[in-house]
Amino acid sequence: MYQMTGADLIVKLLERQGINTIAGVPGGAALPMYDALSKSEQIHHVLCRHEQGAGFIAQGMARVSGRPEVCLASSGPGATNLITAIADAKLDSIPMIALTGQVPLSMIGTDAFQEVDTYGLTIPITKHNFLVRSAKELLTAVPSAFRIAMSDRPGPVLIDVPKDVQNQMVSFDEFPDVVVPDAAPSFDIAAIEEAARMIEAAERPVLYLGGGVIHSGAAHMAVTLAEQASLPTTMTLMALGAMPMDHPLSLGMLGMHGARYTNYVLEEADLLICVGARFDDRAIGKTAEFCPNAKIIHIDIDRSELHKVKNAHVAIAGDVGQVLSELLPRVKPQLRKRWLSHVESLKGRFPLAMPGVDNPRSPYGLIHAVASCLDDSAIITSDVGQHQMWVAQAYPFRRSRQWLNSGGLGTMGFGFPAAIGAALAAPDRTVVCFSGDGSLKMNIQEMATAAQENVNVKIVLMNNQSLGLVHQQQNLFYGKRIMASRYERPTDFLKIADGFGMRAVDLDPAPNPRATLAEALSTPGPCLIHATIDPNEFVYPMVPPGAANSEMIG
Amino acid sequence: MSEQNTNLSEYIPDVPEHNGFHKVVLELGVANHPGVMSHICGLFARRAFNVEGILCMPVGTGETSRIWLLIFEDERLSKMIKQVEKLEDVLYVKQHAGEHPVFGRLDEFFQ
Repeated sequence: MYQMTGADLIVKLLERQGINTIAGVPGGAALPMYDALSKSEQIHHVLCRHEQGAGFIAQGMARVSGRPEVCLASSGPGATNLITAIADAKLDSIPMIALTGQVPLSMIGTDAFQEVDTYGLTIPITKHNFLVRSAKELLTAVPSAFRIAMSDRPGPVLIDVPKDVQNQMVSFDEFPDVVVPDAAPSFDIAAIEEAARMIEAAERPVLYLGGGVIHSGAAHMAVTLAEQASLPTTMTLMALGAMPMDHPLSLGMLGMHGARYTNYVLEEADLLICVGARFDDRAIGKTAEFCPNAKIIHIDIDRSELHKVKNAHVAIAGDVGQVLSELLPRVKPQLRKRWLSHVESLKGRFPLAMPGVDNPRSPYGLIHAVASCLDDSAIITSDVGQHQMWVAQAYPFRRSRQWLNSGGLGTMGFGFPAAIGAALAAPDRTVVCFSGDGSLKMNIQEMATAAQENVNVKIVLMNNQSLGLVHQQQNLFYGKRIMASRYERPTDFLKIADGFGMRAVDLDPAPNPRATLAEALSTPGPCLIHATIDPNEFVYPMVPPGAANSEMIG
Repeated sequence: MSEQNTNLSEYIPDVPEHNGFHKVVLELGVANHPGVMSHICGLFARRAFNVEGILCMPVGTGETSRIWLLIFEDERLSKMIKQVEKLEDVLYVKQHAGEHPVFGRLDEFFQ
């Protein structure tokens, strides 16, 4: 027989689930949970400077480990500050547990101090959520939250715990079992056989990989499928690294900022094999004109994604890894010399242009200079904007979970706290966060957290003193009327880093920027690496929002 | 350069018209606790999918409830049902014809 408070029970259940690190910010309604955490020898609490930072640190850990990680906040503003990070996890299918304190049960609905309807607010942005009404319910709610977060298509789960429930005593005989993911849905072998026949019959097939391949741990199988059937392979922003960028079959990223040849190859495809992707508008452009001549095979663990945007000729609802392991032995090896040589010629005629790639003071050149200092073990995160697209186009990603970024929600401010989380989950690796001056400011307070935890995170700041992608779109689509996308007054990021106790180096005055960069990247601990870039550098090619992928500019 | 740029434009799709005239009745088995109705109604509301009628009562020992929804069918219905089925608290969804009698006898309460 065990007897303890709800708060102690929460901590014990997290420990049993293997949680070693929690990111959070305390507050009145979470104090019993913090008191319980003070007694835990297993869990290291990372004190963040803003709850959104805590949410993205938990995401960074989860994106590296592939299992649910936990963030913790108080009621009211603590909970609302978590919301962006939760919504971000939902759109990118990241397993995460958000724990929030709530005002006592008797005060719910009275507009009590720091009361907000966290449960109601988080319904549309969580995979599931709980408002726990008794300490006993925690025995089922906490394990269920973990099970739901990591089963099928992963996602965030929120548990809102009123303060009196945290203090309530509960007795029970046995701890609930440590939960593991539910078995993936079973699928129809006949559909797999049909898919194999379609791949064999196709003349111009393309393999289209999405983030589901990473979540499922199936990148090696996807690459094997591509090699066996000679399938040119494109990846979404979320799948970069699933196939090494330098693989002869890799077409790189598709869509709005994909290379011209990539979108042209898709245009000519007669079969599209979509694996763990969801036909997002940034990837496919105008729906009706995406792969206009292609039959579609769609494999996804989430049934509601099948036929959602594009009707599939064969749709298979199942775990990507399990489906591929059934598909592989049924797919005949093929050489497809004609198609591959045509793809090669398109690649030769319409390659990704990377102006300035040899100049470390230009965007592509800086990215290549960083890559040349690192090996494949490094983890790369990015914020959102021009720098994100340049990195996605140009960085030589070669493995799953090497690249962490906010794909679906596109959250500026994601990159730096996510990098801290990545470094906490993988302390032996170097973590580099490519950021812009707009994005970095959105969670810059976490420099204090990085300094305190002494994580091995390097921020590579491409500073163009503007909201670059907005600036670019106003230039291209709004008659060059620049409105609210240039920062009039420069920010001294080096002083800011210094003020937070974080090392900073500036590549601008450095006589040999490559050497300065290499030194900064190889010195352990957090560091800001500042580089000014030209605000009139645009990301090309670009498909105008809503246009067909064949209508690229630049 | 500037001439070329003035020709560029963003394409913002129109709101598609959803003309549903055909009534459908959905039967949902759900867990019975506070908040379940919010989860379900939120899905329909966000997509401006008109729910014409709702009935909900606990069944058996009260562990679960049954919800009956009367809706106008349009081309999004099958996608909508898949989204509803994904909800953790939804145990099953069955689709019935619009003439299903469950809403028929309620007229007298809406005179």
